Amino acid sequence: MGKTVLLIEDEPNIIEAVRFILSRDGWRVETHSDGATAMSAIQKIKPDVVILDVMLPNRSGFDILQELRSAEETEALPVLMLTARGQTKDRELAEHYGASRFMTKPFANSDVLNCVRELAGP
Amino acid sequence: MSSGTLTGSRIRGRRLDLGLKQSELANEVGISPSYLNLIEHNRRRIAGKLLVDLARVLKADVSSLSEGAEAAMMVDLRDAASDQSTLPVELDRVEEFAGRFPGWATLLVAGHRRVEELERTVETLSDRLTHDPFLSASLHEVLSTVTAIRSTSSILAEPGEIEPSWQRRFQTNIHEDALRLAESVEGLVTYLDAAGDAERELTSPQEELEVWLEGRDYHVAELEGVKTQSPEQLIEDDVKLTLSARALILAYLQTYRADADALPLASFQAAAAEMHYDPARLATYFGVGFDIVFRRLATLPSKAEHLRIGRVACDASGTLTFRKPTTGFDVPRFGAVCALWPLYGALAQPMAPIRTLVEQVGRNPRQFLTYALSQPRYPDGFDGVAVYEVQMLVLPIDLLAETGLNTVRSVGTSCRICPKIECVARREPSILSDGF
Repeated sequence: MGKTVLLIEDEPNIIEAVRFILSRDGWRVETHSDGATAMSAIQKIKPDVVILDVMLPNRSGFDILQELRSAEETEALPVLMLTARGQTKDRELAEHYGASRFMTKPFANSDVLNCVRELAGP
Repeated sequence: MSSGTLTGSRIRGRRLDLGLKQSELANEVGISPSYLNLIEHNRRRIAGKLLVDLARVLKADVSSLSEGAEAAMMVDLRDAASDQSTLPVELDRVEEFAGRFPGWATLLVAGHRRVEELERTVETLSDRLTHDPFLSASLHEVLSTVTAIRSTSSILAEPGEIEPSWQRRFQTNIHEDALRLAESVEGLVTYLDAAGDAERELTSPQEELEVWLEGRDYHVAELEGVKTQSPEQLIEDDVKLTLSARALILAYLQTYRADADALPLASFQAAAAEMHYDPARLATYFGVGFDIVFRRLATLPSKAEHLRIGRVACDASGTLTFRKPTTGFDVPRFGAVCALWPLYGALAQPMAPIRTLVEQVGRNPRQFLTYALSQPRYPDGFDGVAVYEVQMLVLPIDLLAETGLNTVRSVGTSCRICPKIECVARREPSILSDGF
């Protein structure tokens, strides 16, 4: 089994599609849909890469990213942030809070795959 | 060519006619008063964007400030050229161009002005999108659905075989998403159509105040403790603000500074946490009025977005006069808000403190503890008219140990976008009734 990606996203059909393309590429894919409990999921799963949506139920992706970057064990964890196209402020905030990369919705499957490969490293 | 020696005198004359101070005009166009002074005494030549900006603030035609229509044309043409600095425009032949082809020159200037107008509109609409929670959330939903469709259809369109079970599953997903997208777009169009009237009035001073405060997360560190800047200094360099917004922000900051003096940040923050953000206990402890405590609680720096304390205020007509939303409790920027908010319960019962647990209906409801109070002021004296201000604090319950309340009131944002179809306080049908 390959490295682990944790997809934090609340849209079930996006989860299904991303899970499919990453699993097919050899990744172990875990998913989580609730912002409030996302931190404990990250601590439990210890993923190699996190794909994090901005707009989540109960807690925003920016809050989660901020907490990740303030904890020693997760400050360097690669995080791909998913923001909505056209929301300049979201992109600026993603950079400000320390996202490793960000991608706007709608995205191409190949872009997500390539980005996850780059973030996970060799 | 730039305008001649009398332009400065004309600017000065027009400014004095309007009763504007030199510093006010300089602030408006983003230059120093001393530089404006040199211009007004014809000791600095002026042309291009600055002349256009001065004419705008002075509500005058560029031509009436400079040496006439021809000079104004030169200024406008140079202005158009400066916006396209990468193109090889023959600036040294601008007079020849305007003289030989006056019709084309007028067309070019008109086109340039139109582009500037449209750019301003785009900027304002973009800002509105950022600050309209419903619009923002709706577009996010549309984009998420489009993303799901795009990802799923890409998988199906790829060469090679996919297991039949996966194929069926993805086809079903696309069908469901397509239906959802159609509903979402229909609802969004209806909403935008209904908001058409509001769109015409693109900004108001109150909106400018809220955008300004949002940029600082409603906490003005320069006015806390040892003051590093005065309220006037905080806004003097912000040339984009209108005069009305400037006055509104200044009044807000002066109140902020007085509140910060009455309730210093460190001691107030500590007491607030210890007393579970109870405004009554805090008012008693510090010997101040409720109104100060309400305002002060909503300016505390928030450790995280979801712990931000919200505040709304209205006057006796029910019109919102202050809006600070918090994550999970949206406050519409336009139109009337939900009549079930405890804010309006307090409006109907002056001086009666009202504490209520609420939940805003929607996709992911969260609970909030609200404190609401209506207080009168008598600015004209004891026999004068009572001016009521109602405030409501919105506290995320994550901040609190225990509320002691067992019932939760379900509230909305505003009727047009509220999914609570059978609401007893409904004023008008919701656009969400079709399943959006």
